[in-house]
Amino acid sequence: MIKMNNNRKILISLLIAAGINSSNAEETTTAGPGLGHPLSPEEIAAWNISVFPDGEGLPAGAGNVVQGEKIYQQKCLACHGENGLGASADQLAGAQMSLTSEYPEKTIGSYWPYATTLFDVVRRAMPMTAPGTLTDNETYAVTAYLLYLNNIINKNDVMNASTLPKVPMPNEAGFINVYEIDKQNK
Amino acid sequence: MTSDRLNGQTLEENQVAGNGLLDRRLFLKRGVQFGVISSIAAASTSIATTTENNPADPAWMHVPGKPFSPYGMPSSFEDNVVRFPTQNEAVPGNGVSWTPLHLMEGSITPNGLHYERHHNGVPQIDPKQHRLLIHGLVKQDLVFSIADLLRYPMQSKTCFIECGGNSNAGWNKQPSRSEAGYFNGMVSCSEWTGVPLSVLLDEVGLRKKAKWIIAEGADAFAMQMSIPIEKAMDDAFLALYQNGERIRPENGYPLRLIVPGWEGVLNVKWLRRLQVTNRPVMARNETSRYTELQPSGKARMFTFPMEAKSLITSPSANMVLKTPGLYQITGLAWTGRGKINKVEISADDGKTWAAAELQEPVLDRAFTRFRLPWHWNGKSTVIKSRAIDETGYVQPERNKLVKERGRHGFFHYNAITNWHIDSDGFVSHVYDKDEQQQKNSDITIDSGWD
Repeated sequence: MIKMNNNRKILISLLIAAGINSSNAEETTTAGPGLGHPLSPEEIAAWNISVFPDGEGLPAGAGNVVQGEKIYQQKCLACHGENGLGASADQLAGAQMSLTSEYPEKTIGSYWPYATTLFDVVRRAMPMTAPGTLTDNETYAVTAYLLYLNNIINKNDVMNASTLPKVPMPNEAGFINVYEIDKQNK
Repeated sequence: MTSDRLNGQTLEENQVAGNGLLDRRLFLKRGVQFGVISSIAAASTSIATTTENNPADPAWMHVPGKPFSPYGMPSSFEDNVVRFPTQNEAVPGNGVSWTPLHLMEGSITPNGLHYERHHNGVPQIDPKQHRLLIHGLVKQDLVFSIADLLRYPMQSKTCFIECGGNSNAGWNKQPSRSEAGYFNGMVSCSEWTGVPLSVLLDEVGLRKKAKWIIAEGADAFAMQMSIPIEKAMDDAFLALYQNGERIRPENGYPLRLIVPGWEGVLNVKWLRRLQVTNRPVMARNETSRYTELQPSGKARMFTFPMEAKSLITSPSANMVLKTPGLYQITGLAWTGRGKINKVEISADDGKTWAAAELQEPVLDRAFTRFRLPWHWNGKSTVIKSRAIDETGYVQPERNKLVKERGRHGFFHYNAITNWHIDSDGFVSHVYDKDEQQQKNSDITIDSGWD
């Protein structure tokens, strides 16, 4: 005990307080007491709702523009306005003023760099009054409708895990990664 | 105290910069008294007009006081010291509430006054049912209960959290008319206590390709943000306590990620999941929001540290200096890149500057309180402060910031704030003269807090 550093002593006394045998604690190789519980891949899949630009995280399913328009009218229009022009919430489409103008309009079409972000945020957070209630098919459909409203895809295009990551976004090259630049300058 | 002599010396003998800025050592001298600064709304009661109660024998010395309370509340006479909420009209859980910095002293924000930024309300989380999952590019995916985390070795750090959009009214063409805290108070400073994130990342075992972690909250927005692994392993931690008590629901109960000095949005509240990856997720709040559109049409992205900033909290907007005489200029400075080295104050609209007294201890990535005595001669003037941090970075004038970044970045506004004091002692926010706008002056920035 004498040779142990303070953290170690604290740890062991914590574990003792919690009724755990200290001889077990001394065998722990990590810096912490090692109280995490393993989860199966199936269990983790139920937690993981993040979608990456390359499509990782996109679920099975599909949706099209016509389906998406109907859902938009019912569940999105009240806040985002007719044709995504904005009401109490973000303007999503219909940018007239460019990003270099006096009053730039930052919409999905003019500003958002990745189409996958749209699916991700709609599935996790929309509609604000009942977040997380759209099915994967409905989410693909709303995503398709919003991309169509921004003249990025055609009316007959179908969005799914394979097509969505390939949708070219007009402003994908419009961002400067300041963190990487600062890191390189150091 | 007469207006021209202090402690037997002339004003000039005490002056350290133009227009009456005085030696900070005056604070140590006896007999120094400051003039009255009041808000325009507040009714003032002078010693002479106290008639309801005889201070020599007040009524409250003749009745038993109120009983003990399980949880103390501020005096009812301080009920104006409150957060100022502004929220979306259709979604009341989407908005902000501002810390009333102009009504506070010291450098710690009481928990009930810490600023809030929620994307869809404050979840009411039962800690027994809350879990933190760490998964992805790790040797062993693990889930932790709050009871588990409470058994880990903890550390405390006093640090500020500032929303990336704090002070964004500064981008407007017209100066804000709000009180100082109600357009700069999306920053607060607490002592946070919890488990170093590096301890948990060591426990799950990072794989070699691990470069980022995606942090996600258990709120109705399921707010997620990407954070470089270097920062996660350096000084990020999982806070369970704020100023000695468990974190308040509106500040992330039961678990909040603290990323010292970096944008508030990265300090994910109600933390439920950390996904270790080799790249950022490109979440809505790191692409369409919390990026800064520049005049070139390109936008700055992953602008993590909050740059050095200072703000005079008193006297400040909508306060009144009652009479010419001696006043205490006081305010706060902070930087996301370490410690504040120096705060300079000018009382002559930037012509001359003097170093303010910094309240010790000056802590890394925490509020630093500064003060300096000032003799106001009763004439119209502009006072301002500028922070210089330990990297040598100097808080910019608004002209310089707007010239570099344009007016549509929305986030990361850290320019010097000017307070104009007119000959009646009334304080208001002004921009530098050469940047007064000529046209379209009624139009402000159009971005809200959606």
